[in-house]
Parts: sequence; C-alpha cells; structure tokens
Amino acid sequence: MANRKISYREAINEALVQEMERDETVIILGEDVAGGAGTPGEDDAYGGAMGVTRGLFGRFPGRVLDTPISESAFIGAAIGAATRGLRPVADLMFMDFVGVCLDQIMNQAAKLRYMSGGKARTPVTIRAMYGAGLNFGAQHSQTPYPIFASIPGLKVVVPAGAYAAKGLMIQAIRDDDPVIFCEHKVLYDEKGDVPEEAYTLPFGEASVERDGDDVTIVAIGRMVALAREAAADLAAAGVSAEVIDPRTISPLDLDTILESVAKTGRLIVADEASPRCNVAADISAQVVSAAFGDLKAPIRMVSPPHTPVPFAPCLEDLYLPGAEDLARAAKFVVEWSR
Amino acid sequence: MPQSLSTVGARAAALDPGQLLNLYRVMRTIRAFEDRLHEEFATGDIPGAVHLYAGQEAAAAGVCAHLDEERDVIVSSHRGHGHCIAKGLDVTEMMAEIFGKRTGSCAGKGGSMHIADFSKGMLGANGIVGGGPPLICGAALAAKIRNDGGVGVTFFGDGAVNQGTTLESLNLASVWKLPVLFVAENNGYGEGAASDWAVAGGSIAGRAGGFGMPGITVDGTDVLAVYDAAGEAVELARAGGGPTLLEVKSTRFYGHFEGDPQTYRGKDEVRDARENLDSVRRFRQWMAVSGQFTDSELDAVDDTISLLIDNAVAAARAADSPESSALLTDVYSRY
Repeated sequence: MANRKISYREAINEALVQEMERDETVIILGEDVAGGAGTPGEDDAYGGAMGVTRGLFGRFPGRVLDTPISESAFIGAAIGAATRGLRPVADLMFMDFVGVCLDQIMNQAAKLRYMSGGKARTPVTIRAMYGAGLNFGAQHSQTPYPIFASIPGLKVVVPAGAYAAKGLMIQAIRDDDPVIFCEHKVLYDEKGDVPEEAYTLPFGEASVERDGDDVTIVAIGRMVALAREAAADLAAAGVSAEVIDPRTISPLDLDTILESVAKTGRLIVADEASPRCNVAADISAQVVSAAFGDLKAPIRMVSPPHTPVPFAPCLEDLYLPGAEDLARAAKFVVEWSR
Repeated sequence: MPQSLSTVGARAAALDPGQLLNLYRVMRTIRAFEDRLHEEFATGDIPGAVHLYAGQEAAAAGVCAHLDEERDVIVSSHRGHGHCIAKGLDVTEMMAEIFGKRTGSCAGKGGSMHIADFSKGMLGANGIVGGGPPLICGAALAAKIRNDGGVGVTFFGDGAVNQGTTLESLNLASVWKLPVLFVAENNGYGEGAASDWAVAGGSIAGRAGGFGMPGITVDGTDVLAVYDAAGEAVELARAGGGPTLLEVKSTRFYGHFEGDPQTYRGKDEVRDARENLDSVRRFRQWMAVSGQFTDSELDAVDDTISLLIDNAVAAARAADSPESSALLTDVYSRY
C-alpha cells in the first residue's frame, strides 16, 4: 500500500484511530485530550495540548475522556482500568509532570505483575512529550526517560520520526506491559513516509539508519536526525559513520550496537537527557562491559550540560547538542590513539 | 453481659441466617488469622513486616458482603489481610504468601503487603499509603464503560485520607460519577500519629461534601451498621449514582506493624478496646441473643476456622520457598 508524507503528530493520531477502530477496549484519557469539558464553547477544543488526539472525541464517543488536573488519579486510573481488561492510552502531557504521579507508574504499574506472581496484566500506554527547543523553560523541557528505563517492569519507547511513531504506538497499545511512549515536542511537525495501513514495529529492535565503517553513532529520539546530519558532514570529511536508532531504550537492543562496535571500534552516544545517569551513560557502560576488546578509543557521550534547561533562546541553543557537537565527538574518537 | 448492636437497619434486617452466619464466619476467620499471625511472627519465621487488622473486621466483612466475585473489585492497604479474606481469597494461599513460599497467592513474590488475587477481583494489598484509590477509580471506570453494574471499593486508613492521591481520587470519581465506595477505616492512628491530630477539619466523612458525594460515619464495632451503610452506597453506585465516602470508626488491637512498641497509645487503651470494642464478640453475642443461633452452632464455626488456620500455618511452614529462577520471571508479560 501507499506511503505518504505525514507529520509525527499525524502519525500518532493515525495509530490511535486505527487501533481504536480495531479494538474497542482502547480508551484515551488525560487533560484536554478532547478539551472543552464542561465549558460553554466547543467540545474537542484542543485535541490534546499539541493536537495529537484531535478528532478522536467525536469519532469514538465515550472513549476519549477529559480529566481534571490530577495526574496521580488519572494515571492511576488508567493503570487500574488496564488491570480490568481495558487498554488505556493516558496522556501525561509534559513528561516533566511525572513528578506528581511517579508512584502510580513506578510502584504500581511497573510492579503489579511481579508482585502478584504473574497474575496481573497491565496493558497501559502512557504517552508524554519531552525535550527542549521551544523555550518552555526548565519545568517543561526535560528528558526524564532515564527514570523509566531504570525501572524494571516498564517499557520505554522513543520514536525518532513519523514512521517509527506510528508503528511503535500501535505496538505499545497491543503490548501487554506498561509502556511509556516518549514524544519529542519539537518533532510534531516533522514529516516522514508513513504507510497508510496499520503496522507494528517490535520493541527491542534497533534501526540502522545509515551504514558505516569508521565510527558508530547511537542516537536517541530527536538526536537521530542530528546524527544523520553529522554523518553527512563526516562523510564529506572522509569519515564513514554508522547511525543506530535504538527506538526503544527498554528493552534495549544492545546486540545491534555491539555488532556495530565490533566493526567500527569507535562509539559515540547522543542523548538529550541530563548527563548524570542518562541512557548514554548506561549504553556506554554496557558496551565497555561486553566489548572492551573491540574498542579502539574511549566512548564519547554527547548530552546537554548538567543544568536545568534555561529559558533565554540563546542559552537554550547552547544547552542543546547540535549536529556539529556529534560530528566533533565522532572525529575525536576516530582520531584518538594512545 | 451481651452488648446489643444498634437498631438494625432495613438491609441488615433482611439478612437470612445463612448470610448472618457468613458475616460471622468472615469476621471470625479474619480474627483467627491475624491473632495466629501475631504468634507466628513472634517466632521470627515470617520475613519482613506484617500489619495486623484485628479489631477492624466489621469494615471488611460488612462491606464485602455486598460484592460479587465477577464484577466487583477491591483494593486495600498495607493492612490488607482482612479485605483479602472478606473478598474470598484462599486462606492457605495467603498464609503461604506471608511466609514467602512458592505456594503463596503471589508465588512468594509479593508478601503480606502485596497479597492479590486478580481472578477474584482483589487488586492487592498495597504498600504505598494512598496507592489504592487511583487504581480503583480505573477499575470502576472499566465497569462503567462495560456497563456491567460492577463497583470498585478502596479500603484505606485515616492516614491515607490526607494523601494527595486519595483526595484526587475523591475528586475524579465525583467528576466522572464512578461506581466507587471509598472506605476510610479510621482506627485512630496513622502509624504513630493520632487521626484527630492529622486530619484537619475533624471529620473524614465531612470531607465528602466538598467533593459533592455522600459521606457517612459508622460505628466500626457494629458489623450490621457497616453492612447497612455499605449497602446504601453500593446500591447508589450500581444505579449510576456515583461514589460515596464511608468513614468506619474502629480500633486496631495490634500495633501499626508487628513489633511496634505502641508507646504512643494510652496505658490501658488496648486492653479497654479488647474488652469493649470487639466487633466479633459483639456480633456473636447479638447472634446468640437473636435466637437464631445456638452457642454450640457458633462454637462449631469457631472450631472449623481454628482448624483451617492451623492447617494453613502447617502447610505454609511445610511448603518450599520459590525456585531461584523465580527471581527473573514475571517482570514482563513474556519474560
């Protein structure tokens, strides 16, 4: 069937529509997922803060539920409903808000199956937007996914573009485990080739975005596009970079990364999460542990500095890694010798 | 001297002898289970922590008597054994779970604070104060969407009443008109702090009005009063009338946890409570006085339960611990 170019936002919307048509147990809840609850104006006034769930309220009566501003209650309700046969897709909106509902995710959703000896099933998907670049300031621009990746029992998905977003969202809804679906807010308008039909992408399988021999660039989320840009610049300078998008950071496809490192011997990891205990640090440690002998140079992690996200545009620009930072790190490891 | 229960309400008055006997059986089983656990814990053979429910039986029994296994769901707190028993969980499996054995309700992977049986509509005891209410809002949402008349009941303590999750859930259940019964068991203490001190406003049930739902206070030493109040709330929920907050006032005979020196309690408080606030003894006396039951009939029930608990402990002690491989299973649906 046909591909067409649609945006990241439209791809996620399409995934939700197709799954809701296919499976009546799928419901959506969150603040203003429709918008206009109890107001004199329009229903479906928002369709989600960034419009991702636009149109679903009218199309699926009774299955798109606005909530008051009470994340603990409605994220917990999504989890509880999941244990009772529904497949809720809950919208946390800004991933920075996880602070007010982390217990329900960390101590309930993640652990019900294990604590019950395998008897609980919690097929909930919690979607939220992450990342800096829109000048929303420190409390609306973070990349908190390392928290989720570190919690056993959760699955953590970070689509880098529209194609991955649709396939991974459909997979997330069908998956029987709690999934945290991380959408970079800067990517919503980015278009990509997306099949019209429903399709899934498996968790724990990385995508090799570009083949190369001299250096491996592992990049997460929005960093993947920057990695492709950096790889093009590096190619012009005679350096052949292999770009790997893990797609899911839990489960993580370490094997594909190790295969690449066995070939190139050099690794950089680009991760927008704050540098202490982020996924770049995790991947680096795992690679060193498993494949020290394959490495010809130290690993370079490319992340923002250890600061909150600043507001002033010039400072936020400084904060965020750019393609040139990735290229510089790649050149460093390529040129490194004892 | 037998103490009579308060004037029996209409719903309680309609209970037949079999149902009354069942109420008694549930309460007596809970009491026997918890008293025995107190002894077993003192031997040092039970890992971790247990939080005993003795003294509060009427809440679990009186509420759960209205619930069915298929469509009604409960969630509980760290002090959850009584609710598990009242919801029909297997006592032998529960005991094995508390001992950490592979034959336990959760294969030994949950323990006292996480006993659950999802097949019987018991979403678990919960180690997080206030962890239950949001989950039960979800269970109730599922019931409402399926339109099967099911209700969700969340049992929590006076401590949880001040937790954000509980207050958010009271609001959400009201906004969405969910079939939920919020049962606040006020046993006078949130761990080591008096509920009178910790709960601003002086009344837990009094908070219900702020959320637009009925709030009822009931004497937790009177199982028929609890039964009546709960019946009204369950009926309202099933009919689509939304949630109710039920405050059940009782007392716990043991500490917050086993091993708690309870120095925060009055000198003779526990002794007085055991003498004057024993819901199980009160109900048994009422049953005897009602003329429908003989002492020997009730003794026979007590003996059966005693034997059940003895066997459960023996089975738990004899059972194996989990296999080492169990460490790595049930993290995800497939691994």
